[in-house]
Amino acid sequence: MASKQVRLTFDGDEVTRPLIYEMGHEFDIVTNIRMADVDKDTGWVVLEIVGQEEEIEKCLIWVQSHGVRVDDATLGDVIEG
Amino acid sequence: MSFAYALACRECGREYGLEPIFSCDFCFGPLEVSYDYDLIKDTMNVASIEAGPPTIWRYSPLLPVDPQYKVDIGTGYTPLIRADRLARAIGIDTLWIKNDTVNPTWSFKDRVVSMAIGKAREFGFEAMACASTGNLANSIAAHSAAAGMDCFVFIPDDLETGKVVGSGVYHPTLVTIDGSYDDVNRVCTELSYQRPWAFVNINVRPYYAEGSKTLAFETAEQLEWRAPDRVVAPMASGSLFTKIWKGFQELEKIGLIQNPTTKMSGAQAQGCSPIATAYEAGSMNFVPQKPDTIARSLAIGNPADGYYALKTMEQTGGGAAMASDVEILEAIQLLAETEGIFAETAGGVTVACLKKLVEQGAISKNEETVAYITGAGLKTIEAVSSEIRQPIHIQPKVEEFDAALEAYN
Repeated sequence: MASKQVRLTFDGDEVTRPLIYEMGHEFDIVTNIRMADVDKDTGWVVLEIVGQEEEIEKCLIWVQSHGVRVDDATLGDVIEG
Repeated sequence: MSFAYALACRECGREYGLEPIFSCDFCFGPLEVSYDYDLIKDTMNVASIEAGPPTIWRYSPLLPVDPQYKVDIGTGYTPLIRADRLARAIGIDTLWIKNDTVNPTWSFKDRVVSMAIGKAREFGFEAMACASTGNLANSIAAHSAAAGMDCFVFIPDDLETGKVVGSGVYHPTLVTIDGSYDDVNRVCTELSYQRPWAFVNINVRPYYAEGSKTLAFETAEQLEWRAPDRVVAPMASGSLFTKIWKGFQELEKIGLIQNPTTKMSGAQAQGCSPIATAYEAGSMNFVPQKPDTIARSLAIGNPADGYYALKTMEQTGGGAAMASDVEILEAIQLLAETEGIFAETAGGVTVACLKKLVEQGAISKNEETVAYITGAGLKTIEAVSSEIRQPIHIQPKVEEFDAALEAYN
């Protein structure tokens, strides 16, 4: 089993959609919300995803296809000025 | 000696040893260096600082690096210049420019890299690495050369010539990446997990970031041990902005300044403004952006310290502004023409936003303000070369000069 920590950023309509619930139903993974801050227009969720590596990757491609930005949970951009 | 004793999570407060780690195992929050301020108070005072070298190392007790591992190429203690002509031009009474263009590799990055490389040596790393749009690359290459360490620098393949040469001359392993901005981020993040290198803004990031505090230490000392009413500083990851405020707070903790009430204002380019956009929307959640600006040294679309920058604005009663590329170029010219300082595009962002905040009334005329100019203009000549007035061209005859001068004026 693999584990991945990602930061999902929601913007617009996705804020109100239960995408994390749907991820757990569409793919064979376990999600664990570790930090989050969501308001009416935007929000982010730091999520730990446990499952087979391939399944996690498929899940992340799926959630991105719904307009959610996916980043490494802890780093932000690593390129600097 | 250093009085750092732990890394602490900025979210949940959980403590860790001083190791090359950067995030909390429990909540994934960022880690920050903790110091024993009571011990520092006993050893650090105005006299001890004044007896120190004219560099950032005069504040050693408040830095995370054991001085025996430091790599000192003369960084810091840069001029704080009273900018009366610029102040008049933008309509403010008292303005100071912290001129960080005069560091060894001509940007403030020498401050943070000094911390990263010192700590990397302490941890026993043999190689330094970074992903950069220029200034960080220049600085890490220079410091690694001075320390005799291997250095791996990853840069986008369309970088300005000055910044490529400014790294290459120190002979690092320089890698240009053919791909989008996101590709550079992804490749370097993956490499950081695979290679036994000190990646300056990844595994030694908590120490690296501490270097920016020295901008506040120097400002307070140069103002004869007080903090200004207002700071205007550029924001990329948001780290420099938050650390300037941390620096003033630390000086208060050890009794060197009294009750700093500095309002912190951040400056971003319109083409990459996740933090300023969130501020204007009244939100503490920024939405990452794809950068599209001439201010490439500030082009961080997903800023790691964006939330903390917004929090600093909220805590201090400060704010943020953003400047278009045209306004950035005009501000570079304005700073050069009024104060004789040639700043890179990030400096243009700072001056343009300062001007805007004064015009909007967000900064009042009587606030003593310090603007941080963080990099030299020779690094981004391409950005301004089409803006400058063409020189007079004459044959070697005095009468030609007289005629041409009349036409020129």
